[in-house]
Amino acid sequence: MSDKLKLPNIFIFLICCVFLIGCSDQPETIKITFIGPLTGGVSAGGLGGRNSADLAISLRNESPDSNYKYELVPLDDECKPNIGVQVATKAAADKNIVAGVTHYCSAVAMGTVDVYHKFGLPVIVWGAVLPDITYGNDHPEIHRVNGTMINQNMVAAEFMTEQGFSTWAVIHDTTDYGKGHFKYFKKALTERSGTILGTFGVNPDQQDFTAELTKIKVLNPEVIYFGGLAPTGVRIRAQMDKLGMGQVFQGTSGIVSDAFIDGVGELAEGVLAFREGAPTEKLPGGKMFMRAYEARDFNEPAEAYGAFAFAATDLIIDVIEKVGPDRTLIRQELNLIREHESIIGPITFDSHGQNTIALITKYVIQDGSWVLWEDSEYASGNRSLK
Amino acid sequence: MDPGFFAQYLINGLVQGITYALVAVGFTLFFGVLDVIKFSHGDVLMLGAFTALALFLGLDQLSTPAWLSLTIMLCLGVVAMALLGALLCKFLVLPLKESPPLNTLLITLMFGSVIREGVRLFFPNGSNPKPFPALLPETSINWGNLNLRLDSVILIFTGAMAIVLTHLFIQKTRMGLAIRAVAQDEETARLMGINFNKTVLMTFALGSGLAALSGISTGLYYQEINFSMGLMLGVIGFSAAVVGGLGSIYGAIVGGLLFAFLQTLGAIWFSVPAYKDVFAFTVIIMLMAWRPTGLLADRSAERV
Repeated sequence: MSDKLKLPNIFIFLICCVFLIGCSDQPETIKITFIGPLTGGVSAGGLGGRNSADLAISLRNESPDSNYKYELVPLDDECKPNIGVQVATKAAADKNIVAGVTHYCSAVAMGTVDVYHKFGLPVIVWGAVLPDITYGNDHPEIHRVNGTMINQNMVAAEFMTEQGFSTWAVIHDTTDYGKGHFKYFKKALTERSGTILGTFGVNPDQQDFTAELTKIKVLNPEVIYFGGLAPTGVRIRAQMDKLGMGQVFQGTSGIVSDAFIDGVGELAEGVLAFREGAPTEKLPGGKMFMRAYEARDFNEPAEAYGAFAFAATDLIIDVIEKVGPDRTLIRQELNLIREHESIIGPITFDSHGQNTIALITKYVIQDGSWVLWEDSEYASGNRSLK
Repeated sequence: MDPGFFAQYLINGLVQGITYALVAVGFTLFFGVLDVIKFSHGDVLMLGAFTALALFLGLDQLSTPAWLSLTIMLCLGVVAMALLGALLCKFLVLPLKESPPLNTLLITLMFGSVIREGVRLFFPNGSNPKPFPALLPETSINWGNLNLRLDSVILIFTGAMAIVLTHLFIQKTRMGLAIRAVAQDEETARLMGINFNKTVLMTFALGSGLAALSGISTGLYYQEINFSMGLMLGVIGFSAAVVGGLGSIYGAIVGGLLFAFLQTLGAIWFSVPAYKDVFAFTVIIMLMAWRPTGLLADRSAERV
């Protein structure tokens, strides 16, 4: 008889345990996904973004005022649209993930927006700059904290023509990112006095550019504009030297990374690029962010877009604290964000979820680092681009 | 066109053409001797480049002079891949000799994937492109609009020498004679006392060593290597070998140079140079339709 009673007793005991655990003071753990290139040629930017998102999570978990515990689920899109769609589907299909901080590469972000919309997962893009990611659809789930390439190329064309340059050859990769840059740069340049002598769409995986560069050598432009990411930019800049080409090399936000300087070495001197937002150290909360980042001893630097990943993660957490861990409520609240304080300045999403940030920063590589144009010896006249 | 620019295109095309020809010679050797297509050839090329890079990183710690590092990288890289080629032949290709050719093709394709993914996963940060050391002199001479760099000349010369030596080895040595005999008629060659297995292993070692040389040359020229570099080089090398005539060394050289020439022409003609590969492969398809056995296969009665 006593043996028969043992089993039900054990069940009752276990149920009580489960109940007690459920009633404990431990806050609920909320999952937020981070998606970016963690491997591959542009992984430097992705790892910096992941660490920054992780920092935002850690800081909030350490805060006693937080209602929930947060967990970051980092996923690698390899900067490839097909892989991006796979991991986006994986994250969106996981009901425990309530929001996402997603994508550094525009081509990947373009491929995944429909996935997030279909599954109703609210996301904030932290690095990709193609305008169509937010403006090419009406999906209420898609938001972006960084600016777009429209403003970037307007400032680039204006600045370069002011410097006295008048002829360009354009090399762009044939992804949405590269083509977008070319489109907006060409538009901005034709409104001014600049002339594009030749345009060369190239494969981002291409290794040899000597034929294209020789053709550019024949055209003899003053500037070579490159719309693409750092790995391709490194190859083009290195092969320009092999052909004895001394033109000014003008890049886009895609090459603003330490990986570009490491890859090109001394040839990086005098390379120009433009990027949305201000340099991290000059952002409203930039110094705090950099101090906190350095204190964590991450293996990789935050890179140019780290602050945006931090701001996107922090904004999602703020919204969850306010409305709770529900995808629909988070999405609705994100769409109402106006003048929300963040380390990148106030965030205001327009009707397409685009942050109305318009500040563009000009950079030049001087002595092996990206220097703000205004602070550089090129601006003061001690060095010359030509 | 300005002669300087024309010469510049020619030099660029020659560097690429020699690289393709080195890969194509490997394909042609394997097919000539054993009638097999070794689809892991491009990945062996990539592994050769990574082996050389790993050696350099080790030698750099010991502050070895650049010329010595380069010599060691080149020798050990080539020897290591020659050994790998022989092992691949012994354990994967020869056991399948009597089975349908598709099996050999598939097993080498899979072996290539293993090499590629192995490098990606186990080489430190193997997914990322790796900077390759610039160990060749960077001196350049300007003749009008031609900028001729010494490293390009060295690479063209080294590649051409490797092909000439391979040709001499096959034509003038006893082992070369054995390779030619096996290529012509395996049964008769065996009856004449030729060690068939040894001959085939030697051929695979030779072809794989050439692939390693091609991989290292690519690294030295572009100063960057990545785990997937062998995919496209393998496809181009194979196409070059086929269009030149599988089994003919001259055909492989012609095919390699032709492909580079077509790519250069495509880059000059099209406003979107990304189409240059489409153009080159389209012309290759048309040539194959016109001469299914290859451009030089008919002229060469003797394979290899």
